Amino acid sequence: MYGMLFSIKSFVNRISPVDLKDGFSSFKTSKYKCNLYETPSGLKFIMNTDLNVGNIREILHRLYYTVYVEYVVKNPLCKLGQPIKSDLFKTKLDEFVRELPIFPLRAS
Amino acid sequence: MTIFSVFIVNRAGGLIYQYDHNIPRVEIEKTFSYPLELTLRLLDDRVVVSFGQRDGVKVGHTVLGINGINSSGRQLEDGREILEVIADEENYPIAVKFGRPKLTVNEKIMLASMFHSLFAIGSQLSPEPRSSGIEILETDGFKLYCHQTLTGIKFIVLADLRQGAIDILLRKLYEVYADFALKNPFYSIDMPIRCELFDQNLQAAMEQAERTGISNV
Repeated sequence: MYGMLFSIKSFVNRISPVDLKDGFSSFKTSKYKCNLYETPSGLKFIMNTDLNVGNIREILHRLYYTVYVEYVVKNPLCKLGQPIKSDLFKTKLDEFVRELPIFPLRAS
Repeated sequence: MTIFSVFIVNRAGGLIYQYDHNIPRVEIEKTFSYPLELTLRLLDDRVVVSFGQRDGVKVGHTVLGINGINSSGRQLEDGREILEVIADEENYPIAVKFGRPKLTVNEKIMLASMFHSLFAIGSQLSPEPRSSGIEILETDGFKLYCHQTLTGIKFIVLADLRQGAIDILLRKLYEVYADFALKNPFYSIDMPIRCELFDQNLQAAMEQAERTGISNV
């Protein structure tokens, strides 16, 4: 996933006919849409969604500063750069995603 | 509402056709005094801004010319090395033209093959089974649309964000390809397309799509 996105970012920068401000933001196939939000510190937030979501850059940005910064960066036990093991982060992330307007309720 | 360019990639990933319809040329000419605030370096035989941004000149822009003389690679057309001219204080005040570099043919071939692979990986990364490859790639400056036909040929169109009806254009381009390239007895499949009628009809289809936003099928 990382390699793919790194290659796409580099590809987009070279092929772009205009100067890009934020760079690559998402790609769609016939079954899913892969959205990327990159923070200035190099952290990449990737969300795979359904095809009919719009621009979720704002949502990913909110995810970054309400969930990641609060529960990972401010956690003295979480080393930045290491895989995140914090259960609290996982719970909060789950809550955040469930409350998103784009998250549907599956009738099973 | 513009379409920037079209690429056609064959089954093996090689570029067989490329057409630049309307690429906005980003060029800025400014007069500088010593010392130059921008840091330049050599990249792929070009002089590129690696650090520093001033008045529209951004990181990634190349030196297109100095004092009216155009550059070719890392030298000016009169043979002087660009980095030496810029480092020499006696040449100041100096008028340097910066801009987005134009892609060479080799680079286009390389980028087309790169996209061919990215397209395939896109279908494999899918959380749902049996996904196609990348159909639309969005950035904040342009959108790239790709349509892969049943025979494996990819039609790639780069367009402005606001341009609509590109999927119709892609199908129309496939028709134009089938009519003027495939039915041409002198054209061998998977080879670069050099058919005049194909060029003309492709350009007409693109102009139609640009103008109306919906092309007449």
